[in-house]
Amino acid sequence: MGEFKVHRVRFFNYVPSGIRCVAYNNQSNRLAVSRTDGTVEIYNLSANYFQEKFFPGHESRATEALCWAKGQRLFSAGLNGEIIEYDLQALDIKYSVDAFGGPIWSIAANPSGSQLLVGCEDGSVKLFQINPDKIQFERNFDRQKSRILSLSWHPSGTHIAAGSIDYISVFDVKSGSAVHKMLVDRQYMGVSKRKCIIWGVAFLSDGTVISVDSAGKVQFWDSATGTLVKTHLVANADVQSIAVSDQEDSFVVGTAEGTIFHFQLVSVTSTSSEKQWVRTKPFQHHTHDVRTVAHSPTALISGGTDTHLVIRPLMEKVEVKNYDAALRKITFPHRRLISCSKKRQLLLFQFSHHLDLWRLGSTVATGKHGDTLPLSKDADHLLQLKTKGPENIICSCVSPCGSWIAYSTASQFFLRRLNYEHDNLSLQRVSKMPAFLRSAVQIMFSEDSTKLFVASNQGSLHILRLLEGSFKHLHTFQAQSGTVESMCLLAISPDGNWLAASGTSAGVHVYSVKRLKLHCTVPAYNFPVTALAIAPKTNNLVIAHSDQQIFEYSIPDKQYTEWSRAIQKQGFHHHWLQRDTPITHIGFHPKRPAHILLHDAYMFCIIDKSLPLPNDKTLLYNPLPPTNESDVIRRRTAHAFKISKKYKPLLFMDLLDERTLVAVERPLDDIIAQLPPPIKKKKFGT
Amino acid sequence: MAALEEEFTLSAVPLGAGPDGLLGVEQCDKTDQFLITDSGRTVILYKVSDQKPLGSWSVKQGQVITCPAVCNFQTGEYIVVHDSKVLRLWTNEDVNLDKVFKATLSAEVYRIHSIPGTEPLVLFKEGAVRGLEALLAEPQQKIETVISDEEVIKWTKFFMVFRHPALIFITEKHGNYFAYVQKFNSSVLSKYTLLLGQEEKFVIQSFTASLDRKFISLLSLSSDGCIYETLIPIHPSDPEKNQQPRVVRSLLLKTVVSGNARNALSVLDQDHVAVLGPPLPASKECLSIWNTKFQTLQVSKELPQGTSGQLWYYGEHLFMLHGKILTVIPYKCEMSSLAGALGKLKHGQDSGTQTMPHFVNWETSQGYGLGSKDSEPSKRILRRRTIEPSVQPEVPASQQLLSTIKEDSEKHIEIELRKFLATKRAPDFHTVIGDIAIGLLGRCKTEPSFYPRNSLMQLIQMHVLSYSLCPGLMEVALEKTDVQMLQLCLQQFPDIPEAVTCACLKMFLSIGDDNLQEIDVNMESVSDYSDAVQDEKMEEQMGILQNGFNPEEDNCDNCDKELSKKPQKTIEETTSCPVIPKRAALLNAVLHSAYSESFLLPHLKDIPAQHITLFLQYLYFLYLKCNENATMTLPGIHPPTLNQIMDWICLLLDANFTVVVMIPEAKSLLLSLYKFVKSQICICSELNKIEVSFRELKKLNQEKNNRELYSIEVLELF
Repeated sequence: MGEFKVHRVRFFNYVPSGIRCVAYNNQSNRLAVSRTDGTVEIYNLSANYFQEKFFPGHESRATEALCWAKGQRLFSAGLNGEIIEYDLQALDIKYSVDAFGGPIWSIAANPSGSQLLVGCEDGSVKLFQINPDKIQFERNFDRQKSRILSLSWHPSGTHIAAGSIDYISVFDVKSGSAVHKMLVDRQYMGVSKRKCIIWGVAFLSDGTVISVDSAGKVQFWDSATGTLVKTHLVANADVQSIAVSDQEDSFVVGTAEGTIFHFQLVSVTSTSSEKQWVRTKPFQHHTHDVRTVAHSPTALISGGTDTHLVIRPLMEKVEVKNYDAALRKITFPHRRLISCSKKRQLLLFQFSHHLDLWRLGSTVATGKHGDTLPLSKDADHLLQLKTKGPENIICSCVSPCGSWIAYSTASQFFLRRLNYEHDNLSLQRVSKMPAFLRSAVQIMFSEDSTKLFVASNQGSLHILRLLEGSFKHLHTFQAQSGTVESMCLLAISPDGNWLAASGTSAGVHVYSVKRLKLHCTVPAYNFPVTALAIAPKTNNLVIAHSDQQIFEYSIPDKQYTEWSRAIQKQGFHHHWLQRDTPITHIGFHPKRPAHILLHDAYMFCIIDKSLPLPNDKTLLYNPLPPTNESDVIRRRTAHAFKISKKYKPLLFMDLLDERTLVAVERPLDDIIAQLPPPIKKKKFGT
Repeated sequence: MAALEEEFTLSAVPLGAGPDGLLGVEQCDKTDQFLITDSGRTVILYKVSDQKPLGSWSVKQGQVITCPAVCNFQTGEYIVVHDSKVLRLWTNEDVNLDKVFKATLSAEVYRIHSIPGTEPLVLFKEGAVRGLEALLAEPQQKIETVISDEEVIKWTKFFMVFRHPALIFITEKHGNYFAYVQKFNSSVLSKYTLLLGQEEKFVIQSFTASLDRKFISLLSLSSDGCIYETLIPIHPSDPEKNQQPRVVRSLLLKTVVSGNARNALSVLDQDHVAVLGPPLPASKECLSIWNTKFQTLQVSKELPQGTSGQLWYYGEHLFMLHGKILTVIPYKCEMSSLAGALGKLKHGQDSGTQTMPHFVNWETSQGYGLGSKDSEPSKRILRRRTIEPSVQPEVPASQQLLSTIKEDSEKHIEIELRKFLATKRAPDFHTVIGDIAIGLLGRCKTEPSFYPRNSLMQLIQMHVLSYSLCPGLMEVALEKTDVQMLQLCLQQFPDIPEAVTCACLKMFLSIGDDNLQEIDVNMESVSDYSDAVQDEKMEEQMGILQNGFNPEEDNCDNCDKELSKKPQKTIEETTSCPVIPKRAALLNAVLHSAYSESFLLPHLKDIPAQHITLFLQYLYFLYLKCNENATMTLPGIHPPTLNQIMDWICLLLDANFTVVVMIPEAKSLLLSLYKFVKSQICICSELNKIEVSFRELKKLNQEKNNRELYSIEVLELF
């Protein structure tokens, strides 16, 4: 395969935002996750936990609660006092409604999904009717003294439990009046705390209310009599979240110490039918607060300040050894945050509110495998571009020639021209963006940097011709009639003739840029596309899916290539299919069209299509062969997948030229170092 | 779609297959194991997934096995008949078939049938049927003749029809076929005449049958190559009528094989049959799977070396003789649907996600091997055990046992319990065992003289009991000073309260040496500690090891002196074990038990001072022994670990410090313990220093590699 010089970059100091809340939807098996910067992400648990959609964050919009309602509609509420509904097709905010109750702390849809309840800072609980187009305020429940931090519906929809500070109220939904008020003990390990905050409540169908609070207690209440039934002291710190399974036979709580506890309803003795809640399993997958938990039928899902989303399968519920049986820890977004200008060796890093442009260093030295070469020039930080306004950046791109930067927020599209004069860099704003270029989901430049391709969130694709310091609108491909699905992924052929675009569910569309019309559509596949690219010369479209399948589709011939058919026939190596992060980028060797470079977070791979495919008996991850090994053996064991796991976690990798690679790593230790310190726990002997 | 998978052979042992092929392939009580009987003298037990034989048995020269060996699913024994009349019963442990249980019968046996869930049945050549148990109770009983002269049994099969066994057998007489259905819930024998239709001239080559709600669907393969179906009612419409009902057969599949060869047929499921035979007169033999619903050939496999015209099907395996070799072809069939037949149904899962490995259910698999270990009860008991459940199948065996416990003598309970434990385990086995233990203990409390020691021991050894499942057990054992039982409990139970652990400890320390000598105690945790040779070596070692620290700092000079005044005593203490081995074994059981410190401490205070000293001496002795080797372990099987010893020393000292300090004989012990620990600490601090320097070195190494924010490296991909 040969030797490469690898620019190993670790200065991308990206820190994901902490997870604030998660909401699991049983019907579609999707998980909505909101982060502290207001970003909302949708994970498809059936598609190998792929993050298929995201809504960019907003500084003023701290999302405190998420819920799903009937028809898989997603609502969130936050400290700005607004209830927001998301448009899952167009990846946009459908509308926002002010609840007029101050900051909203909690939101809950009734069991049938037709009504929405929010708990506000001023102590009010407000009921909204969910109409097909919008939500409508219906009425207030009896006002409470302090903020409503948690809400839960009784499965019959007749009563609700609301957790406040120091007490839990049970409301009758019909009358809107409080039926019971259950005072929670402030005592904490014998010491009286100032306040006891009820972080979470859950209302079970037998009338039991489970509460979790800041004193580390999990308590069971009888809502009929308003009495305390049982207390479990599970932590020395706050218990911040609770989620109950649909069968109501198990629930999970998350604590500020990073532990989650699993409770199960277990028979007391072998003979009696009496059952009892028992704390069965503790899991410690987090270092920081577990702010939120969810309970899917087969797994416990948790997230918190340490930015990991952890999916812990319940082994007794999993029957088959497949993706669902493995513990998942999702840390990095499943999309690209980095773009690269090969000609000028530039890297553009995308953060939530700014962009960083770096120039890679160089070396004149050579070496053998494993050497670190002395630098003749170190990497330079050329530019930091800050966005104005509260909105997060959705996407960004630097042109291959390095003289254009384009990026977009939810309401504005920006294009900048870079001028290089010796060592000086000047930035020129391209103003007067047309009205249709309001917001982009994905941006790409053509290989010769003369064209700009923009996927807007209404499903249309715009093509702009770039001139010196200005641009001209060439064409817009409208979305297929009847769909408004956004195209999240774009690929442009190096000769500039073909444009491939893919949304989250439908197939990949290929457009002819020359003739400005749809050329063909690659047949839809069950799993979402995670990366797209068009090979130079052959114009083969390479598509990676979240189930780790890779297809190669010949655009001129409008059919899958022979190689693609061969690998589908033989099947991928089982180790390849068992990888748990999606492929986020595909690149090509400029001189050898048979070589495809792909990477996920833990490995990169160069596929040499000329070599035989590995079968399940061969070793997929070739360890480095000893130097004295004869060529015969090496040739015999050689297969098409050349994999290296040297760089991880890997956020970006590409071929700069035939002999140079760039790899952007983000070590987890560096992220942890930037997080706030966790709650100090006493260890033995300290 | 039906699919035949890659075949494999079971040929580790050459089969003495005669010209007529094998006698039979039969299922075993363990999944995946099959009994294969050749037509000569040998029975082989195969584990099919491993493709290897687990056992092989032969009858004596001159004897011939006349009917395939079967497994009795109720007892796990194997049964075979040789020389038509001699019945043999044996188990896996038996080596020689000559020495196993033998019963000579008065009539010739045609076949023995055994299926899970019921007792085996013996079918005699004259058509009479007997249950195995009834037959064994009186082997020489008279066997009546059911079928007429010159009528010969051709084929037979045993079913469970709504939980009642039913036997069908086909006889032939002068080209006419008769079917007999014997039901055992009503002991009715119904006879049917098989009308062959027009094709009277063809002989039936092979039969197979399956259950289809109210009918037995009998498929027959005629020599014209067609498959015919005959429906035989399970419940005869009016049994009073003397007239013989007739059943007509109808054509099911046309010309699947060419006749005149040895063809075989087997029903796979509702819609599929497997046919063995040449599809065309001249062609080689094939195994083909036909879908009877769509009348299509699903899959076919050529067997070029020919077969014996025999085919067996169990679970997912088809067995046949291919040439001289027994071949197994795994067979899989999904529900057939029109879409499937037309090839439109999406084909299964992709190959990456294997659907095979189910997670282990720990509750049932725990201590699985024990059942066989405990099956030392004699053959006779095995025999008797099976009679009882067959008499009253409604009452669960555990309920029966519980009622036995209430009244019967210890001896009888013990026998009944042994029988019960030898049977198959239900999923809630541990709770049943708990109930039995509680039943026994309940009677202990009401009747002071009743102490079923052996039964209780047996229950504990099942590895499923815990303290909370039978709360009174250890208290009773403490009352009776039954140290052997206590040791067993300490070893087996994971959840003993600290108060009970402490009470055990108290008893182990206080019981007299001469009492202990008589008791049988499990000694595996104690190895021979009395090797005095090593002691000198250890003294030397200590000297060397102490090099690491500065003697000036040692402020224990005076105690050193004190110790050196009476060196002979300390040496004595360290060299010989302060307790006899049996007591050591008991104490080790305590050391191994789980505990929580804060709950244990108050109870430790109650132990008398001289016992504390003795226990400390023993722990000190173990500690010294531990330090004799580099791995810090004691010799022997399952010895106490260093951590356990240290924890207990700390606990004892914490609980009884003021007491121990006051006792003169404990003083020297404490001093020597102190000195030893101090020297150990010095070693450890030196080791710590070394460890820190190594860690720094490692960190420096890593930093060089990883801490740089930007580097250009060379990577070669192979």
